[in-house]
Amino acid sequence: MASTFELLPQPPMPVVVARSRGYWGSVLRNLMRDPVAMGAALVILIIVGAAIFAPWLAPADPFKGSMIKRLLPIGSEGYLLGSDELGRDMLSRLMYGGRLSLMMGVMPVLFAFGIGTSIGLLAGYVGGKVNMVIMRVLDVFYAFPSVLLAVAISGALGPGMSNSILALTLVFVPQIVRVAESVTTQVRKLDYIEAARMSGASAFSIIRTHVLGNVLGPVFVYATGLLSVSMILAAGLSFLGLGVRPPEPEWGLMLNTLRSAIFRNPWIAALPGILIFATSIAFNLLADGVRSAMDIRK
Amino acid sequence: MKTEDNTFATQDKGGPAQPLLMVKDLKKYFPVRGGILNREKKFVHAVDGVSFSVAKGKTLGIVGESGCGKSSTARLVARLMDPDSGSMIFDGEGVAEFGGIEFKEFRRNLQMVFQDSFASLNPRLTIADTVAYGPEVHGVPKREAMARAHALLKRVGLEPSMFGSRYPHELSGGQRQRVNIARALAFEPRLVILDEAVAALDKSVQAQVLNLLQELKAEHDLTYLFISHDLHVVHYISDEVMVMYLGQVVEKGPVDDIYGNARHPYTRALLSAVPSMDPDNRTQHSPLAGDPPNPINPPSGCRFRERCPHAEAVCSSLVPALMAVKTNQEHTVACHMNNAASGHSQAVGAGMASAAEEVAA
Repeated sequence: MASTFELLPQPPMPVVVARSRGYWGSVLRNLMRDPVAMGAALVILIIVGAAIFAPWLAPADPFKGSMIKRLLPIGSEGYLLGSDELGRDMLSRLMYGGRLSLMMGVMPVLFAFGIGTSIGLLAGYVGGKVNMVIMRVLDVFYAFPSVLLAVAISGALGPGMSNSILALTLVFVPQIVRVAESVTTQVRKLDYIEAARMSGASAFSIIRTHVLGNVLGPVFVYATGLLSVSMILAAGLSFLGLGVRPPEPEWGLMLNTLRSAIFRNPWIAALPGILIFATSIAFNLLADGVRSAMDIRK
Repeated sequence: MKTEDNTFATQDKGGPAQPLLMVKDLKKYFPVRGGILNREKKFVHAVDGVSFSVAKGKTLGIVGESGCGKSSTARLVARLMDPDSGSMIFDGEGVAEFGGIEFKEFRRNLQMVFQDSFASLNPRLTIADTVAYGPEVHGVPKREAMARAHALLKRVGLEPSMFGSRYPHELSGGQRQRVNIARALAFEPRLVILDEAVAALDKSVQAQVLNLLQELKAEHDLTYLFISHDLHVVHYISDEVMVMYLGQVVEKGPVDDIYGNARHPYTRALLSAVPSMDPDNRTQHSPLAGDPPNPINPPSGCRFRERCPHAEAVCSSLVPALMAVKTNQEHTVACHMNNAASGHSQAVGAGMASAAEEVAA
């Protein structure tokens, strides 16, 4: 020790009263301040609420038709949103249809989120040859356009709701793996992972405590964005007859069966499409809002 | 070699004379891929035969310019990457070899503080959680680990009631580096590697953190491996200094010998590059010409010869060995000018032919 530092007496540390909210608390607060995201959330809330509470809210039986009251215009007496080509109440069918449509839209993303994140974490954290094998195999799936892949898998498995959910899950897994893998690879190189490795902790403990929390965010945002794609693909499969079978109400299927009415009563025929559109746009806007809300370091 | 090390280790185990860490002939070559089919074609000689030891309770400073292998050496010692060859002995016990120290125990005993205070903290954990994570890994109950974390945060100057639940982005650089130090200490380590730990801080904060490190060293009986490119800081904190050039040790010795009586031309050039505090005494000429050679194809013989003002024929044909300076056994230099029998015209002394033969062999 050749020299020593003489330090001036330190002024007392200023007391900062900022209460720490935690990460997700800050994200929620940011999100609440975003009017567009809040509007989108409200739309989603209304649509989901209407679907969930359809049995109590729906004015009529969605299966009960009437030969004489077919394709009534919007605003007819007893038929707030008119009736479809078999004289069934459109409003009730749209509400019940939301249940299946939303389920077919959300479930594949949920499954793919779980499966894809796990595979992506593994590939990203282990790296090397394991990573290469996993990613090249998934690239094969990734090479097909998602609509084509969904139709192909669905067609191979046969029609039905569970099969189309499975098909859509398979379509989304590679995409989510890609995002999870690239984020994990980035996170893995950071010094705090090195520091965690220096602690002598097991790989599982490091992934759970240090990697997962930092990977979930971006993957979650990406998955939220996939919800709208999933809704549209699910409706598309039903439209093609690969999803739900008639007479079950489902937006995509309704779009198909109302095709013949497009010249007689175009507004009725457009209703399921409008709902699909509105829901997917709302999911997209919400995903954008979450994305910017998660950037708390601004 | 292994048995020799082990017997040496068991004899002195635990004694004050046993160096805390002995590193022998550490090597790490990074493959450079290229050409057809991504074959491994060339190697970057990042760390090429580095040996040193650190005595208990001392601070060894490692200096050298960027890319000389300082940080790679630190990462090899910390076993964040595996060396291609070489052995390490931690207080008499072999590291990563059969019958040696248990690996998890080694990890607990050796901790590291990184340069980038932000990247080395998990942005999703509060700083108290970050500090408590280490003890928890080693089986300390959560509540106790948290209590230890709070005590350490208080010790490094961060009031736990105010800072404990904060996230890294809510702290300043100096505060974050204090958290990193607290995290390292939470393991109750014996050796702490400080890899450019104060380089990113401004001068006044640097001084505070350095003083804190000195206090903690005395309180916890720590041994430091202090890596830096800042020669002032190394001068202040180190007991011994090791100078590296292109993956090899060129000079090592007590801090006053290195700073006052440097023998290697590279060390002298490095020291003369330090800005003087006296404007009348400022350096007028660049002490060294050119850049360090490419570590993929290091020069033959002495690696410094291409930039050395004293280079002669012997420098390109013979690799200089690390040899003690005649007047001081603790001061070692890898330069032919330090070896009377090397054949270098400026070599000091004469008549040590036997030593020269050893080197040549």
